[in-house]
Amino acid sequence: MVFVSILTLFALGLAASIVLAVASRVFHVKEDPRVEAVLEALPGANCGGCGFAGCEGYATAVVNDPSVPANKCCAGGAAVSIAVGELTGKTVAEAEPLYALRRCDKLAGKVAPRYQYQGMPSCAAAALMRGGTDVCVYSCLGFGDCVQACPFGAMEVRDGLARVDRGKCTGCGACVAACPRGILELTPQRGRVAVYCNTRDKLRAVMDVCDVGCIKCGKCVKTCPARAVRLEENRIVIDQLQCLSYGPSCGEVCVSGCPRHILRSTRKSDAPVEDAATPPAPAGGESSRPQSRA
Amino acid sequence: MEIFAIFISAIFVNNIVLAQYLGNCPYLGCSKEKSVALGMGGAVIFVIIVSTCCTWLMQRYVLDPYNLGYLQTIVFIVVIAALVQFVEMFLKKAVPPLYAALGIFLPLITTNCAVMGVAILVQREGFGLLESMLWGVAYGLGFTLALLLMAGIRERLDTCRLPKCMAGTPIALVMAGLMSLAFMGFKGMGQ
Repeated sequence: MVFVSILTLFALGLAASIVLAVASRVFHVKEDPRVEAVLEALPGANCGGCGFAGCEGYATAVVNDPSVPANKCCAGGAAVSIAVGELTGKTVAEAEPLYALRRCDKLAGKVAPRYQYQGMPSCAAAALMRGGTDVCVYSCLGFGDCVQACPFGAMEVRDGLARVDRGKCTGCGACVAACPRGILELTPQRGRVAVYCNTRDKLRAVMDVCDVGCIKCGKCVKTCPARAVRLEENRIVIDQLQCLSYGPSCGEVCVSGCPRHILRSTRKSDAPVEDAATPPAPAGGESSRPQSRA
Repeated sequence: MEIFAIFISAIFVNNIVLAQYLGNCPYLGCSKEKSVALGMGGAVIFVIIVSTCCTWLMQRYVLDPYNLGYLQTIVFIVVIAALVQFVEMFLKKAVPPLYAALGIFLPLITTNCAVMGVAILVQREGFGLLESMLWGVAYGLGFTLALLLMAGIRERLDTCRLPKCMAGTPIALVMAGLMSLAFMGFKGMGQ
């Protein structure tokens, strides 16, 4: 009886394995070996920063579609771009390393809370409650939807304000999509000037709620010799590439001229220190804290 | 009328998950989102139909004639596992869109006890081939229903404030228990 059982199962297993072996030949789908190679070169974070559904989606697309560039992986940076470019035979235009800039400094602006919020601890939910918990309807709500979205642990909420660790940030944009207020903005890592206000309000409406809110005086727009600063949809927007190509010869007049201290130099220490805690580029002497915020 | 009775019985009264407690792993594992639940449900229905058919033939033409009934469980495991692998390869070649839709779920089903359970249940009841497959479809639908209900509840649970110790799996298990109790109410309809 034992012998019969063993024999039966052996025969069954053999039959199944033969069928599967034959099937694997008959139904063999030719898969490009490069897809697997590219997939191995990618970091595997599945952050979606490339615009495809995960690393596998991008690997398939970059191998099969000649119009998909090899430098889409922002998480991996230049090294991965070069590796992918070699595997797919595509020339690599180096991707500009980006980071997420938080366009709000409500702590410095002393933005007051409007009401006691006791709902779900999520920015998306709080933003729906009568324009958010702050008197400024453009401010960072600080419930950390961006922290949850970040696959790289580069975001953190401290004192009700989201902080970006520029060293860890890969510029994938997951937080940008998660922020219901549109405060986070992808900015080149080597950008010289950053805008720290997102409000679309003007004048009194801003002055009443925030000490460092943009009142749309337009001084930066007028003084920028490179015409890189613009007022778009009632927000100050810097064309970073234009700014960088003009070079530092302007002496950053927009920063020194801004009466509300919204435009800040990213290299000088008046940029919020937490944001530049671990600078990616070799830079020294940035550790001095201009102001300590309790 | 007969068919109607089969479906009512398999979906509500003898629901494979909530009344027979089979297939609990995907019930908890694949019920976080409705779309995932639907995908898993679809894959299970598909595999149940094919596997019921195969195991029925196996039972009828191999196990029964040679008095090997005691090997039923292990033989069915081997048959179903091999079958799912085969189906996966076949789909990849022949119907790529369906493979892309079911892709992740198919390997999960190779050792799913709901699939196995249906195969054994229909043998125990002694159904014919066509009737077995019909029961298979109905059980699969019941499985999908259970998964969908659970996914709906869990999507809502995500927005609720829960004590930390209950968040995640604990509350899911409590929900599963409550739903099972609710489905016990259908027992009165049976027979």
